[in-house]
Amino acid sequence: MMSYSAPIRDLTFAATELADLHGVCRLPGFEEVTAELLQSILEEAGKFAGEVLAPINWSGDQQGVRLENGQVRTADGWQEAYQQFIQGGWNGLPFATEVGGQGLPWLVATAVAEIWHAANMSFSLCPLLTQSAIEAIQAHGSAQQKATYLPKLVSGEWSGTMNLTEPQAGSDLSAVKTRAVAEGDHYLLSGQKIFITYGDHDLTDNIIHLVLARTPHAPPGVKGISLFIVPKFLPDAHGNWKLRNDIETLSLERKLGIHASPTAVLGYGAKSGAVGYLVGEENHGLIYMFTMMNVARHAVGVEGNGVAERAYQQAVAFAAQRIQGREIDDPSGERVAIIHHPDIKRLLLLQKCRIEALRALALLVGGCMDHERRQTDAQLQTRAREMVEIMTPIVKGYATELGLENVSLALQVHGGMGFIEETGAAQHYRDQRITPIYEGTTGIQALDLIGRKLIRDGGAMNGRVIERIREQCGALANARELAAMTDGMAKALAILQESANSIVASAADNMQLPAAVSEPYLRLWGVVACGWQMLKAADVSLTKQQDKQPADGRGDQQDATFYRNKLHTARFYFSSEMPKVHALGEIISTSSQLVVAADASLFQAG
Amino acid sequence: MKILVAVKRVIDANIRVRVKPDHSGVETANVKMAMNPFCEIAVEEALRIQQAGDAEEVILFSAGPQKCQETIRTGLAMGADRGLHVLTDERLEPLAIAKMIAAAAEQQGADLIILGKQSIDDDHNQTGQIVAALMRRALGSYISEIKKVAGGFAITREIDAGLEKLRITSPAVVTTDLRLNEPRYASLPNIMKAKKKPIDELSVADLGVDIGCRTEILSVVEPPARQAGVMVSDAGELVDKLKNQAKVI
Repeated sequence: MMSYSAPIRDLTFAATELADLHGVCRLPGFEEVTAELLQSILEEAGKFAGEVLAPINWSGDQQGVRLENGQVRTADGWQEAYQQFIQGGWNGLPFATEVGGQGLPWLVATAVAEIWHAANMSFSLCPLLTQSAIEAIQAHGSAQQKATYLPKLVSGEWSGTMNLTEPQAGSDLSAVKTRAVAEGDHYLLSGQKIFITYGDHDLTDNIIHLVLARTPHAPPGVKGISLFIVPKFLPDAHGNWKLRNDIETLSLERKLGIHASPTAVLGYGAKSGAVGYLVGEENHGLIYMFTMMNVARHAVGVEGNGVAERAYQQAVAFAAQRIQGREIDDPSGERVAIIHHPDIKRLLLLQKCRIEALRALALLVGGCMDHERRQTDAQLQTRAREMVEIMTPIVKGYATELGLENVSLALQVHGGMGFIEETGAAQHYRDQRITPIYEGTTGIQALDLIGRKLIRDGGAMNGRVIERIREQCGALANARELAAMTDGMAKALAILQESANSIVASAADNMQLPAAVSEPYLRLWGVVACGWQMLKAADVSLTKQQDKQPADGRGDQQDATFYRNKLHTARFYFSSEMPKVHALGEIISTSSQLVVAADASLFQAG
Repeated sequence: MKILVAVKRVIDANIRVRVKPDHSGVETANVKMAMNPFCEIAVEEALRIQQAGDAEEVILFSAGPQKCQETIRTGLAMGADRGLHVLTDERLEPLAIAKMIAAAAEQQGADLIILGKQSIDDDHNQTGQIVAALMRRALGSYISEIKKVAGGFAITREIDAGLEKLRITSPAVVTTDLRLNEPRYASLPNIMKAKKKPIDELSVADLGVDIGCRTEILSVVEPPARQAGVMVSDAGELVDKLKNQAKVI
């Protein structure tokens, strides 16, 4: 009923034709990566996801997790699946071979990650968190810390967590209260952390918590936060990691979705103090966190879109077999599957064009992350870094918000059956709902986009990125055939630049004003960035179609269908999604005063 | 000991198969292909024998169009050492495939040949048997267990009456049943290694066998659609219909 088939053809297309896999393969260290290797990896990942992870997605949701005598137990099948996952070497895909990883590009990792998230979001959160912990230790840990923790985290023998949030410190981490007091070669931590994904579980022998805390004389606010490694088990006298640290799982949250992913309340140091080891220097914790934040935010965007793909597949399958009504222009004809009805087709097309555009955008950013890390040409590296800077909040914010609309549309396709849990569409709707919230809400992403990425340098970097997109769209091989789309793109870019200018200008008067329209601005950027991807996709498809004309063989026939459909999907995007830029431009230019001027009385009942 | 495993590229087991409009066969264009599930079991068993230290090399064999190399590559990613691919676009019958496998096994000096008991596309269940006959080797078909012993193999066969335990001499041919093992998933490190493993491409002429067809496909049709059922009012009517209409009692 709820099978999942990885969209390997489209992932390959997006990676090779749109995100420039070949350019990434030329970076130092990636010489062995080829399109064929990507294909094999995606096929095997798709097989594993479809046969091992997807089948326990629903049962995991229904069973959930439980806390028994201070130990969290995951759902049936979770341990076996995790063992298979790490034995397959999947956990270490993008990490350095020196620490046991496979040293593959983030571009490849992004494509594979979509498959895991789509197959089983609750499961895939465990490796996602481990990945973030690895990034943080890799970037800022001491040589000894790297040697101690990285091999086991990369292999997946141990998992990692991120401990930021406290009851009074959510989006505002300056309010963190957890204390860390130096004692010899370590610190003793005490305090409470909430919303800790996979904060405790029974999948690994040890859990490495990365914890934000304050030392006794730290300056107030974000400048006084330090980062600590706090393992669930510490080494005993023989060096065996069996000694239980002073960390207690106080409770598990009851949530709207991701029921199989434990969200823990962790109590640190209730007895003697939890032993922790400082990462880097004191008071630099938040800066360290930010280095891995880009990767984590990008990953959540991929997750939001991955779940939408899963929901879409289910909606298509349902629409193809659900018989209701007759063709609207043939009332006396046979009863037909609802996929024949124009409004159902529209619902499915909307999901398809958005998912494919967001997939391409996420992969493009994955490729830029590789250039950012390994490109030897300084100019190209800067370009890649700027693209990552701008696009990270967009991938996180827009892919999750649009993903939310998409899972809702997927449920809608099912009609009443969608509202019934057994159908399974509801699970995706519930699971996906967290993605615009965690790892920084959409509001936080929007503030990042207008603050650090726009206003800070007066819009210079933003302008450069827009200009590069404009150049690329102006230089398409099939610009003439795609005139309607390139015109639409040019108008959209103009509106985007105009909106950016007005935001920069209004910031000089009063920061309240740009903040009030930051979310519509993020959406505007999202619509345009996705349009850019679909325009490129249309251009490639036209070229490929022409190239393929005289070719022989069945493989090409298969390709011809793919490119024809891709062109169709791109055209639909430009007719149904792109026009939103006009409304968003209007909202940005007219609504900020009204938001700022609204005082508390306006929200009072009555 | 060298093991030769035959692997076949077939329509993926999860795909709904459609007959071509001209009834010449089933539609394979635009269709997802995969390794025949029984062949996966054969590869897995060969790898287990190798991991137990009873075999030095696992060689994969496939015959058919260029794309068969993808299927071989899948087996290499599971852990097999190298591949042999006989490139041909001809329609292949079990006899032709068996001749090629026998010739290749001879050339390679394979002591054990493992095949799936049948492929899920044609369901012939013949190739392994023909290979054994052509090579005059011991045959263990439908095995659910195999163990290397002095001078041969101890095997368990799944037969209608239950399980048959036999000892067969080496060299031998065995065909796998469903319960022999559960095939592994290719690990990421092995997928990356598989890229560098050699696949030797052969022509039919290299093997010196005649692959001409002995049969002709007249027509391929879909199974008849199921008819709607009828409600009967009582047992008498049911018996009457079974006797006179269905003529089954």
